[in-house]
Amino acid sequence: MFKRWLRHSTIAMALALTPLPAFAQDVIKQGGDVVITYKDDIATLDPAVGYDWVNWSMIKSLYSRLMDYTPGTPDLIPSLAESFTVSPDGLTYTFKLRKGVKFTNGRELVASDVKYSIERAIDPKTQGPGAGFFGAIKGFDAVSGGTSPTLEGIATPDDSTVVFTLSRPDATFLHVLAINFASVVPKEAVEAAAGDFGKKPVGSGTFVLKEWTVGQRLVFERNPDYFVKDMPHIDKFTVEVGQEPLVALLRLQKGEVDIAGDGVPPAKFLEIKNSPEGAEIIVDGAQLHTGYITLNTKVAPFDNVKVRQALNMAINKERITRILNGRATAANQPLPPLMPGYDKTFTGYAFDVEKAKALLAEAGFPDGFETVLYSTNTDPQPRIAQAIQQDLAAIGVKAEVRALAQANVIAAGGTEGEAPMIWSGGMAWIADFPDPSNFYGPILGCSGAVQGGWNWSWYCNKDLDARAIAADSMSDPAKAAERQAEWGKIFTDIMADAPWIPVTNERRVVAKSPRMGGDGDIYVDPTRVINYDAIFVKDE
Amino acid sequence: MRILKNMIRQPSALFGLAIVALVIFMAVAAPLIAPYNPDEQMFDGLTLEGAPLPPSAQFLLGTDTLGRDLFSRLLYGARTSLIIGLVANGIAVTIGLMIGILSGYMRGLVGNALMRFTDLMMAFPALLLAIVLAALLRPSLWIVAMVIALVNWVQVARIVYTETRGLVERDFILAERSLGAGHLRILFHHILPHLMPTAIVWGTLGIATTVLLEATLSFLGIGVQPPTPSWGNIIFESQSYFQAAPWLVFIPGAVILLTALSFNLVGDALRDILDPTQRGRG
Amino acid sequence: MIFLILRRLVQTALILFGVAAITFLLLYALPADPARMIAGRSATAQTVANIRHELGLDQPLLSQFWNYLVGLTEGNLGRSYAQKTDVGALIAARLPATLILMAAGIFVEVALGLILGVIAAVRRGGPVDRLVMMASFVGVSAPQFVAALLLLYVFAVTLAWFPMSGFGTFAHVVLPATTLGILGAGWYARMVRSAMIDVLNQDYVRTARAKGLSSVRIVFRHALPNALLPVIAMIGIDIGQFMSGVVVVEAVYGWPGIGQLAWQAIQQVDIPIIMGVTLVSALAIVIGNLVADLIAPLIDPRIRAR
Repeated sequence: MFKRWLRHSTIAMALALTPLPAFAQDVIKQGGDVVITYKDDIATLDPAVGYDWVNWSMIKSLYSRLMDYTPGTPDLIPSLAESFTVSPDGLTYTFKLRKGVKFTNGRELVASDVKYSIERAIDPKTQGPGAGFFGAIKGFDAVSGGTSPTLEGIATPDDSTVVFTLSRPDATFLHVLAINFASVVPKEAVEAAAGDFGKKPVGSGTFVLKEWTVGQRLVFERNPDYFVKDMPHIDKFTVEVGQEPLVALLRLQKGEVDIAGDGVPPAKFLEIKNSPEGAEIIVDGAQLHTGYITLNTKVAPFDNVKVRQALNMAINKERITRILNGRATAANQPLPPLMPGYDKTFTGYAFDVEKAKALLAEAGFPDGFETVLYSTNTDPQPRIAQAIQQDLAAIGVKAEVRALAQANVIAAGGTEGEAPMIWSGGMAWIADFPDPSNFYGPILGCSGAVQGGWNWSWYCNKDLDARAIAADSMSDPAKAAERQAEWGKIFTDIMADAPWIPVTNERRVVAKSPRMGGDGDIYVDPTRVINYDAIFVKDE
Repeated sequence: MRILKNMIRQPSALFGLAIVALVIFMAVAAPLIAPYNPDEQMFDGLTLEGAPLPPSAQFLLGTDTLGRDLFSRLLYGARTSLIIGLVANGIAVTIGLMIGILSGYMRGLVGNALMRFTDLMMAFPALLLAIVLAALLRPSLWIVAMVIALVNWVQVARIVYTETRGLVERDFILAERSLGAGHLRILFHHILPHLMPTAIVWGTLGIATTVLLEATLSFLGIGVQPPTPSWGNIIFESQSYFQAAPWLVFIPGAVILLTALSFNLVGDALRDILDPTQRGRG
Repeated sequence: MIFLILRRLVQTALILFGVAAITFLLLYALPADPARMIAGRSATAQTVANIRHELGLDQPLLSQFWNYLVGLTEGNLGRSYAQKTDVGALIAARLPATLILMAAGIFVEVALGLILGVIAAVRRGGPVDRLVMMASFVGVSAPQFVAALLLLYVFAVTLAWFPMSGFGTFAHVVLPATTLGILGAGWYARMVRSAMIDVLNQDYVRTARAKGLSSVRIVFRHALPNALLPVIAMIGIDIGQFMSGVVVVEAVYGWPGIGQLAWQAIQQVDIPIIMGVTLVSALAIVIGNLVADLIAPLIDPRIRAR
């Protein structure tokens, strides 16, 4: 009745059992202290609460989850799970836990910890942002609504078995078990921390938090008992916070810093790229990111599909990538190229000012119109907004730029009829997990087109919603390719309605000191940003 | 006229006046002097890699990170800074004068309440208040001016209050009052004229403070909205370039400094001329 | 006397109450939803509603404010929305850094101001005096962020005399403190100068000089002590200025103080932190003003009339 899930690939299999395969150029060395800098202080290390891209990768390394990804790739592998099976109807997932895994407080990790951790992530008292990801688990509504403390859909027949029962098939469920909110935490440590677990984290991941001086530094040390041998590679990493990206980079060039976590400011990018040691320092990798402009389908004249299409032809994306110093490529569809389902053959709307003007005239606006373009107020977003503004002016559309604090833009986007256009830069969708469905529901589906939602186009297409649900019910791994193709089609079909102007796919640029080893992909890991488990220090 | 003559006699005041005149000229004549449209992002204003251009014959002070002419932006930015400087400071001085006079002249409940309110506003960290107000009101040129005025009137009110209290006790006011003069008459004919030097001095010194505060708000990204240039937001948009393209930060920085300096010099000279007993801090 | 102190205490409490009320009202009116900011992008409406309820944001304004005040009387500044921890603890962890920075900044300001002021007063009317007075105006006219970037560029990047950012050693504090201090040093120099000149022109000083006392002695024995009181009063009044300066200076130099905490909180609409920092700053300002008021009667009226 149950059929065995074959592991994704042979590489993944090798990884789960043995240390990382050697990267082409460097021999992996065990040991070394690494210094990483960020501008903002770390908000929290509670896996049920943390949800920004800085603490995301630290939480990944402090805790472990049933599922994980091969470093530097979007490929799923079992982690805390030793093996698992999926029922043919896709409604029951049975996991066998790895034996002898210990929390860093010394206690063995058992099945009930998995159950507790997921219930905690959903519990309204936790105030966690990720509760919704677990919506497919049976009994979710009762826990999320606060009427029941325990989740009906998770059973633990013995200490090493966890059985999930779903209320509907969810093809992304294995990804859900790999996101941070599914991290396993020991109940006694959560209770002992008395509401301060985010500052006193205990997990079973590759690293342990040794020191946290608020506003200054966090010190992580290797967990000697981690259940995969020879992981992680470095002994220790120190995160220094409150460091301006520019200052961090200057320090990196002087050898005081190993990784400038916030990336390379545009000004320094060209200087370093063109310097002799540039190639060694700069890691420039694709990420699951699309920068787009939302066209509010509930605000005139964007309720007219021709207007939306015309604007899609008006934006000079090549010039915008130049303003970004070539650290982005022009986008033509919602999905980023790295995402399964991306349609390489799709061309979208080509940049053509004359055609855009003609279409605008056809829509009844030969002289253009006036509108408002929102953007966040951190550099370079106001600059990109101004570039867009100039492109729109060329077809007669006068857009007033409103560069506001991120919170205000988000509030405007989620208020019906408020924001005609929003440049998403700085808040753009970066996927939670590498699956195309993650790019649909909240930002393009009907469920997101609500008060306070993230579908700032207020685009709601019932047919596409039905197709999306159908695609996500294909949880049979044999149908993975079919599902992927269907998702790709959904996104290219969306472009016919043009609720967005996809503008750029930004690459992530991180700077690392020459002594840091390993493939670039582990510094711009698609699921983790920086993969602290996989990075290592080269022999000097 | 006497004032002007006195000022020209002091070299530092003369220097200040000259720069102030120059800045006003820049602002008024910007459309005539500016070689380019300040908002136009020119294709040849950036290198192929997207870097701004250093000063050259084509672009006198170089270009900014969007390929716009920095010189033209600075000229038009002078308009923004001056408008905000004059409007914001004008409002601040007016509010400060009104509240200061009223609280100083009217004893009892109203005067006390006004003064306590001033004390309350004094206790606010000015920049934090400005930031919260700017976030609340969604910045535009006039809103930024309003925000600055709402933060800056307090100091003026404090000083006017002290002076009014001093005046009220003076013999000629007491005499007027015993002759049965009405409050309005006393306020407008006797107290206000005596406060004019203070108002003029603050009207000038305050412009320096205002220009600096606008620049700071813009530097934090909550000032005048783009693409309208202001000296502060020119620096804000280029701050990460301070090493690769220092002209983008330090030229506008020097312009802000010179302008603030000049208003300070003129204000200081005015104070010396109008009221030689008031020395020291502004 | 006791009555006077009591009166001042009540006034202080009222002012803090007013600051709390106004700030709370302003933050409440912000066009942004904290619950949504915490919930992030993938949250369902139910999650957002849950968070709003847990934070008490679904209650009416007055009861929210009342709850906050009740917490305040127990010394509780509330919990940060984003960091899920006590605001009091967060501020306590960062306050020492800000206090060190302010103390160092005040030291630079006063030291520079005194030295320049004394030199200018002794050489009054001469070219040195004019140079100092001009320099003092340049100092007060410099935008703080430009000064910060310039010092960073010259002394940390180019000359590498000081570290670029961070906290911990004496070398770290030099550039931020200098940036903070330059602004006010100009005012202090002018104030010290005029206070000193007043004293130097007084009869007893002339007598002392006629008796053959050295001018160094006159300056340090008679003139300087007289100039110190207004300086102390000025520091008290300046606390507010410093609080504003700290936001900019901490941001440029990566100084781990409450300025950075506030700036980060404003970006995230973390209302309890913004409230907490505002109240702490207001308290510092009120105390500063109190000190200035207590000193005021001791100061020569000619200097007092600022």
